Amino acid sequence: MKNKYSFFALIKNAFSGHENWQRAWRDPEPKKEYDAIIIGGGGHGLATAYYLAKKHKITNIAVVEKGWIGGGNTGRNTTIIRSNYLWDASAGLYDHALKIWEGLSQELNYNVMFSQRGVMNLAHNLQDVRDLKRRTHANRLNGIDAVWLNTEEVKKFCPIINTSPNIRYPVLGGTLQRRAGTARHDAVAWGYARGADEMGVDIIQNCEVKGIKRNGDTVEGIETTKGFIKTKKIGVVAAGHSSVIANMAGLRLPLESKPLQALVSEPVKPIIDTVVMSNAVHAYVSQSDKGELVIGAGTDSYISYTQKGSHNVVEETLRAILELYPIFSRMKMLRQWGGIVDICPDASPVISKTQVKGLYFNCGWGTGGFKATPGSGDLFAHTIANDEPHKLNAAFNLNRFVSGDLVDEHGAAAVAH
Amino acid sequence: MFIINCPYCGERDQIEFSCGGEAHIERPKQPTELSDDQWAEYLFMRKNIKGVQFERWNHIHGCRKWFNVVRDTTNDKIHAVYKMGERPPIK
Repeated sequence: MKNKYSFFALIKNAFSGHENWQRAWRDPEPKKEYDAIIIGGGGHGLATAYYLAKKHKITNIAVVEKGWIGGGNTGRNTTIIRSNYLWDASAGLYDHALKIWEGLSQELNYNVMFSQRGVMNLAHNLQDVRDLKRRTHANRLNGIDAVWLNTEEVKKFCPIINTSPNIRYPVLGGTLQRRAGTARHDAVAWGYARGADEMGVDIIQNCEVKGIKRNGDTVEGIETTKGFIKTKKIGVVAAGHSSVIANMAGLRLPLESKPLQALVSEPVKPIIDTVVMSNAVHAYVSQSDKGELVIGAGTDSYISYTQKGSHNVVEETLRAILELYPIFSRMKMLRQWGGIVDICPDASPVISKTQVKGLYFNCGWGTGGFKATPGSGDLFAHTIANDEPHKLNAAFNLNRFVSGDLVDEHGAAAVAH
Repeated sequence: MFIINCPYCGERDQIEFSCGGEAHIERPKQPTELSDDQWAEYLFMRKNIKGVQFERWNHIHGCRKWFNVVRDTTNDKIHAVYKMGERPPIK
């Protein structure tokens, strides 16, 4: 049983110089066999294991991770959480996640620093205005809070935005979701890891999957750098490397993997207390608790697994940022990095069974998976445990690419692909 | 970001080009006889290779011609460039 984190625990440990805190999770060697194996120790994978153990009482699980947990896209995104998607299926999926976020720190006994500071999406031309107003109406019909702001209201909500009508892409208004915001991405991985570990889940780091063993139409286990592990159920949550794992099992997925970049500035005093996104000029920005501006850039236009991204993409984003926020013109950028995102043709994810029994995929989150972490884990756990999708992820099956029943969210995905 | 040797114009910066994705996907010869599964394979399913990949590029801000590139997606190094209709110079 793990010690609960609390104010009293903090005081107690202060007396011993904070040297006697328990390890948050074990570092076990893999067993020979598990009831289920999750490939990928990012937020989504760890959340899947957590909900499998907690809600479905399947605790003989391993999470295998080729690097360290949360070292992939979970630790590389810009931490934005929102649910203002257009279609009913997406609204259900992302708002399910947002509702879990609202109580997540208490549930995990781990501060994920969820901050509902609001997310504003800007419109820069008449088509933007029409699209965003339509999305606001669609959101409200689905019970998701969304309001339309005119230019003056945008300026009032975030005073540092340049709302002059004379700039190249003037601000004609925007939408605001007040329940949206940000969270501390590393803490999400760590909180789920600690919670899952406490219920008996083995988190095996530095263990790369090398092959999937199939016997006809069922799975038998995985070959890893730490040997063969037997199992009847495999949940793949490998983000940008989903196709690599799929190829091991002899499957193809409707995915393309591309580098997506983000960057942070030097830390400054509080200047922007919300998240502002703009599709048309491709600039989005928020400020971390450390004071850094967190800026998201676009994807490279070609398949690559290089985890860096091109300079011209950063340049385009910073150009747009500077036009919208002239106040940042002399700021220095501190760090830049890339993550490999797996993008579906309809910019919606896949949480699905496959034609191979016991093999499940949770992928295709593209440029916006972080926001869905708790909901994705919950619904994927349901799908694995019952061998049937939950009604909230039924639309996000792989078969939609055969039936043509796509969930086109290019407009709400916010990053131009 | 890298340099691409366009077979018609020579070496240019990658931002002059547009990537058309996986190469050598043949359009079905009898489209009316295809099942939904076969259409899905043709339209959506991709190898998305980590490693040496055959892909199509268009010199969109140059000669606007299509051609093929063999590129390693783990380090963006280009192994070969060849014209449409030609056989890949490497396996």
